[in-house]
Formats: sequence, C-alpha cells, structure tokens
Amino acid sequence: MSGISSCPAPAHPHEAPIRVVLAKLGLDGHDRGLKVVARTLRDAGIEVIYLGLRQTTDSIVAACEQEDADVIGLSMHNAGHLTLAPRMVKAARDAALDVPVVIGGIVPAEDVATLISAGVAAVLGPGASAAQVVSTVKAAALQAAGR
Amino acid sequence: MSPTPLDELFEAAAAGNRRAMGKLLTMVEQPGGAASEVSERAHRQAGHARVIGITGAPGAGKSTITGRLAAASGAERPAVLAIDPSSPLTGGAVLGDRVRMDNHIGSSSFIRSMATRGHAGGLAVAVPDAVRVLDAVGCDPVLVETAGVGQVEVSIAAAADTTMVVVTPGWGDAVQANKAGLLEVADVFAVNKADRPDARGARRDLELMLDLGPEGDWRPPVVLTIATENEGIEALWVEIERHTAHLRESGALGRRRGLRLRNEVVDRIELGLRGRVLQIIDSEAGSKALGRVERREVSPGSAAEALLASSNPQHPEES
Repeated sequence: MSGISSCPAPAHPHEAPIRVVLAKLGLDGHDRGLKVVARTLRDAGIEVIYLGLRQTTDSIVAACEQEDADVIGLSMHNAGHLTLAPRMVKAARDAALDVPVVIGGIVPAEDVATLISAGVAAVLGPGASAAQVVSTVKAAALQAAGR
Repeated sequence: MSPTPLDELFEAAAAGNRRAMGKLLTMVEQPGGAASEVSERAHRQAGHARVIGITGAPGAGKSTITGRLAAASGAERPAVLAIDPSSPLTGGAVLGDRVRMDNHIGSSSFIRSMATRGHAGGLAVAVPDAVRVLDAVGCDPVLVETAGVGQVEVSIAAAADTTMVVVTPGWGDAVQANKAGLLEVADVFAVNKADRPDARGARRDLELMLDLGPEGDWRPPVVLTIATENEGIEALWVEIERHTAHLRESGALGRRRGLRLRNEVVDRIELGLRGRVLQIIDSEAGSKALGRVERREVSPGSAAEALLASSNPQHPEES
C-alpha cells in the first residue's frame, strides 16, 4: 500500500486528462513520427493510447470505444491519406462515434482542403512544431467535448 | 420510474456494449462527478469475477502474456485493465500495452488502458473501482496488468485473487530470489522469454527460493513461457485455474476478498487525509514549524509529531 507522502498530487486533480488514440492505418511502416508525437503529447499532460503499426479502421474504432478516447490521431507516410483518412472518418461516423480525426505526416498542402471537407478535424503536415501538435489536439478535443 | 442515464449505461454495458463500458470506466477514473454513484452501484452487483493480477519488471512481457491469457481463458467476456505510469511532472502518459495485445486477444475481449495518475505501487487509485465495474457488468476473468514494477511494489497482491509474477531469464540469481518483496506475493510464476539462455536456471533459482520458504498449503508453480509464440500459455492458465480452485476450496478466497475491501477503505481514508495533511502544512503553525526545521532548531520528525498532536481534533484546546 502506498503511503501518503509517496503520492504526489496531480497538477490538475479535478481535470480529466485528454485521451488520444494514436495509430498508423494500413500498410505503412514509418512509425518514428508517431512515436515522437506520442512523447510530445505525453509531455503536454495528455494520455496517449498507443496502437502503433498496421491498424484497421475497425481496430481503431474498437480501441476508441473501449478507451473512451477524445481524439484519434493518425500518422500517414504512404501517400494513402486521401483514401484512408476519409475511410477512418466514415468508419467513426458509421459507429456513431463522435471522435475527431487528426492527421499528421506527409500530407501535401494541396490535399488539406480535400481532407477537411471529408470530415478530418485537422491536418498537421511536415514542419508542424511540437506546440502546434499539442494545441491542435487539444483544440480538437475541446471542440468535440463542446458538441 | 423511468430509467436514469446511469441505469441505461449499466444495462448497455451488461449487454456487452463496449462504449457503455468505456464510459463507465471514465466515470470512475474521474474523482467527483458520478464516480461514487457508479462505484456504489457496481459494488452491489459485483463479486463474481475472478481477478488476476499480472506484475513484473518493465519489459518482462506482461502485456503479451496478459493478452494471450485472455484468449487462453476461453471465457466469453474476459477483460483486461492495463496500467502504465503517468509522468509525475506533466501527468501525461504513453499507454502502450494494447499494442502487444490487440493482434491475438480475440474480439470478445475488452481492453482498457489506465494511467497511474500519481499513484504509486504500479496501480491507479481507480483500479478497484474499474475492476468492480467490469465485474458488475459481467466480465470474467478480469486481468489486471500492473505498470512495470521493481522489487517492492506489491499493491497488486492486495487487489487480486491470484497474483502472477513474470520474470525473465537473467533477472537475478538465488540471492535476488531470497530478497523480500515482489517474489513473496506470487501465487504463480511465469518465466517468460524462455527461449533465451538459462531459462531453466531462472526456474531453478525460483524453485530454490520456494524450497526455503514456509511450507503452506499452496506452493506457487513456476511455468516457462514464450508469450510471443503462445508457448506455455495454456499451462499457465491451468495453474491460475488451479489456484482459483484452491482459494475456493480452502476458504481463502473470502478472506482475501475481505482483506482487499479493508485495504481499499484504508486507501480511501489515506487519500482523504492527504488533503488534511496539506492543510496542516499550509497553516500558520505549519509554516512556523517548517521555519524552525529549516533553522535546524527541531528535526522534521519532531516538527511533524508536534503538528500532528496540535491538529488532532480530539484535543481542540491545543490547536
């Protein structure tokens, strides 16, 4: 049993941490970026549920339900984002899951508008700073919570 | 009376709705709000599930074993609570246990990742309530995988019916094995990564430790496993079931569960007292005493004793 003194008080005792599911969808082995993002979000006080490589829309939806996640973060480096990201958005909607989808990775600027109109909440392309990653994820979570 | 939203959540969760289960677990993780109502309700319905704790050092293979065990249990609705540490600095966490389970656990299983949120001992404050919710909505067994622990974090033994400790070849020798702590609380041992050199040596050292221990009516079995290959997992599950049966037959199950509830009440009192402790130290008397400690006029120990005595509600005239 833990003693009183061994339990440091959490920074915000009555504020639930944001929970983010991070995954790579489909065949895409480049997970360095996702690991960096996981660490960045952790250091911002966020709870990251790390699913890693080779996930399917079904496995991500299942994880979001069980983990009661606030945001889905997908990392894409295989040029499949125009196909896969809308598929993820649709899978979440089909499951009546109101969880915003944030895309990161190699996404050309000209594809961003297409993704947003397909229902993606935000896109973090190459060069996005750690601070941007954090603020974008937090904003997506807040927006979803307000719906 | 029409059903409340909480009635509906419990009903859906009992019918196997994962989102409802997920929501209930979020509620018990968040102090204040509906946590106590959920816990109250779950407590009245719970008490049926076998609770199995899986603990061991970081990287020993706890997650992989846990996922495999859930599948090997052959149960209709197994559940896993996988705990990983929160950062003491930011409160954030990377919960990476799912990544080792998803591929082989089977779709009937329910997995929830939990961060320790400042709690020591490899568990989170909300673990007992989370187990209670899973139990109440019909999950069985409930496998609780602790955060990676060292030698002395044994809280899991107070939270589970059966405690399994996972070690790996090269984890230590016979001297390590006889140190007090984690190894004492095991009901079942798994020597995982048994394809590595000297797995038999690791088993021998554990057996030697057990030989020297007190002779009880249960000797913890030691099972060699290669969790990634699903080897030894069935044997491990058989031993866990054998332990469950032993607990039931010997009457130890009731005692263990009684002790578990007692511990939980103690924990909750401690948690409540923590607020009072901070009040004392932040009070005028507290800062005065702290000043004396800093000037080396009194030791921290005597200052604490004096503060405690003067704050005791039984002696209001002293405060």
